[in-house]
Amino acid sequence: MALCKGVLAGAAAVGLVLATAGGPAAAETVLKAVMHSDLKIVDPIWTTAYITRNHGYNVYDTLFAMDETGAVRPQMVDSYKVSDDGLTYSFTLREGLLFHDGQPVTAEDAVASIKRWGSRDTMGLLLMSYVERLEAKDARTFELKLKKPYGLVLLSLGKPSSNVPFVMPKRVAETPGTEQITDYTGSGPFVFRKDLWKPGNIAVYEKFKGYKPRSEPPSWAAGGKVAKVDRVEWISMPDHQTAVNALISGEIDLMEAPPHDLLPVLEAEKSVQLFDWNTLGNQYMFRFNSLHPPFDNPKIRRAALEALNQEDFLKAVIGDPRYYKTCAAMFVCGTTFATDKGGEVMLKSDFERSKQLLKEAGYDGTPVLLMHSTDLVVLANLAPVAKQLLEKGGFKVEMVSMDWQSLVARRAKKEKPSEGGWNAFMTSWVAADILNPISTAGLNATGDKGFFGWFNDPKLEAMKRAFAEETDLEKQKKIAEEIQVYVATEGTTHGWMGQWYQPMAIRKTIAGVLKGPVPYMWNIEKKG
Amino acid sequence: MLGFVLRRLLATVPVLLTVALLVFLMLRLTPGDPAAIMAGENATAAQIAEIRTKLGLDQPILIQFAIWLGKVLRGDLGESFFFKTPVATLIGQRIGPTLALATTTMLLTVAIAVPLGTLAAWRHGTLLDRLVMGFSVLGFSVPVFVLGYALIYVFAIRLQWLPVQGYKPLSAGFGPFLTQLVLPSCALAVIYIALVARITRASLLEVLGEDHVRTARAKGLKESAVLLRHGLRNAAVPIVTVIGLGIALLIGGVVVTESVFNIPGLGRLTVDAVLGRDYPTIQGVILVFSGLYVLINLSIDLLYTLLDPRIRY
Repeated sequence: MALCKGVLAGAAAVGLVLATAGGPAAAETVLKAVMHSDLKIVDPIWTTAYITRNHGYNVYDTLFAMDETGAVRPQMVDSYKVSDDGLTYSFTLREGLLFHDGQPVTAEDAVASIKRWGSRDTMGLLLMSYVERLEAKDARTFELKLKKPYGLVLLSLGKPSSNVPFVMPKRVAETPGTEQITDYTGSGPFVFRKDLWKPGNIAVYEKFKGYKPRSEPPSWAAGGKVAKVDRVEWISMPDHQTAVNALISGEIDLMEAPPHDLLPVLEAEKSVQLFDWNTLGNQYMFRFNSLHPPFDNPKIRRAALEALNQEDFLKAVIGDPRYYKTCAAMFVCGTTFATDKGGEVMLKSDFERSKQLLKEAGYDGTPVLLMHSTDLVVLANLAPVAKQLLEKGGFKVEMVSMDWQSLVARRAKKEKPSEGGWNAFMTSWVAADILNPISTAGLNATGDKGFFGWFNDPKLEAMKRAFAEETDLEKQKKIAEEIQVYVATEGTTHGWMGQWYQPMAIRKTIAGVLKGPVPYMWNIEKKG
Repeated sequence: MLGFVLRRLLATVPVLLTVALLVFLMLRLTPGDPAAIMAGENATAAQIAEIRTKLGLDQPILIQFAIWLGKVLRGDLGESFFFKTPVATLIGQRIGPTLALATTTMLLTVAIAVPLGTLAAWRHGTLLDRLVMGFSVLGFSVPVFVLGYALIYVFAIRLQWLPVQGYKPLSAGFGPFLTQLVLPSCALAVIYIALVARITRASLLEVLGEDHVRTARAKGLKESAVLLRHGLRNAAVPIVTVIGLGIALLIGGVVVTESVFNIPGLGRLTVDAVLGRDYPTIQGVILVFSGLYVLINLSIDLLYTLLDPRIRY
């Protein structure tokens, strides 16, 4: 009996030790969140996956950041100067910035980080093509020398979405962009606990006590990033209903992306509130493949746009008008480069006009192979609506259904539709990714190595280059407008099919969630 | 006996090799590209092609298979495309919750189903028998996820007696461990209780009609002794077979339950790996599942010798 008691006591002691090892201390505040996806890859420069970008914002800091007005403000940078000829940018880092390992953040770290990001990201690649020299001048100052004027230097360094130019220690940033990093030391407001990371289960971040926030109030990714909880846990929960149940019962505090059909359940729950954090929202895209008939003909692509309309897509997928709006602007309504000009065609269907254009273009009835993603709720109803609208506009459509992962694999195939290729598909963009002509992947018109659809359009590329080289904002806006008109009428790389919004569900004990294109974890408080 | 065990273990080698080949080929024939998934939404075709090369997916399928098989034969299940973690480590992290769920479910099943089936057989044709059989039909008919959500709604959300989701290892204490497993085990056990109760009833009914049972009763033995010693023991072989098959099915069949109750087990790992086309992980998990099936079947065969002295290998 005594032996039994001893064994039990020992087991209990071991259990207690194991239970507390790696767990939060009693007085710690822990924010438990279910994000839109499980964290699988932790290098935010290597992949463009949004969950990895969000992870990056927890762990790393940025030199510049965009605020809620769309302005780019210094973040790790204390001050910067631009030479009179606009060719030399000199940046000075804030004092006292530290990495999670206690080492100071230096100009060399910033330079190496920009170079690695510049080897992967679309805007980074373009920026680096204009850079003559990028070097550290002293511990806190570095200089960027351009070959010729380039209007997007700060916009690039303050890019809010994938790939974000996060600053890593030089030893980490020297990893080639084609390889994933293995050292996750950052200088952001939270430390990534790699030892507690269980892929498919949980990712843990702890408040970085050595973080030095800016003094300005937070606004999007700009301003003071003050971690107000000791620990953030991202719990992987693939079943939406389970996550909703866990939120209602108080087992989690925040659910980033509750599906729209479950919003009424959450609205009826007194302990939970919905929060419209991403006010820019998302935008649907109808993407053409330029390689094969019938969409190798711009006039036929234009005919397709005449047949489509935003409202039908938004009603079919989102349903509740509180969470969608029609918008003629390719670069997202309410943003710097937004304009309606040319985009009106996206708002209503004109089937007669579509048929007329098809006749003029000599459309021979070649079926459009339209890929249909069936498993993601926010995409599933798009293709059937597109099929119906296109058919009303005079097209023949063959809709092929598949899961999203099969679609992303098939869209990379350049073969003819009859040999495993495709003509069109629909997807959704986070608005922050498409705020200007350079970051909008759909406008990549460099051919073979560009975005799926492989448009090879020197005129469009020239317009984009003119936009990039223009340093006057008003003139940039004018070029952006010209690009939109060109794409809606002649270039027709894609159609923008309406904006939709994804509220976050949080318990009422949670306060301070920031608005922005990314769910930031700083400034969030947990009461009670 | 030892020779039998060795022969059976050796026989698993071709089985596992066949499984390995089939799984490998089926995965490669399934549409989808892990490189495209890993690269993210904004990636260009060139970036995806570069990742394919890094993963070795641009090589001929036979070479890919030879490389993978070579590693497996050296005891290396490979590395997850996504997590950059050895598949064996991932399986090690996830097998605990699955085994815990399977064990509690089977214990619950045996504890409820065998007495229920025995009672139904003993009171054959009565209201009790019909009730047990009615429950059994219901148990077969209700999908696990429906039952799971219903249990969550009642016991976790409304009554707040139990947690909605999650898993705590035994190291966190027996109480928390068990508390987390109550609802998922109940949801999962219902179908197995229905199955085992029916088999127990049918098997026992057959035995209870045999001469030796009539003799036992004629000798004036107590009904409990007749039922348990002479009836149930002789009816045990089919019952144990079904329970064994149940365990094997459970290990593969916890996928839905693990999703509904957010238990980070092998089932969830498999689903995540399939959705992400994480080939090494899928292949590794299925190989482990196959190995477990073979071992469970072997254990049942060995158990027969204990239950029925006439069975010898």
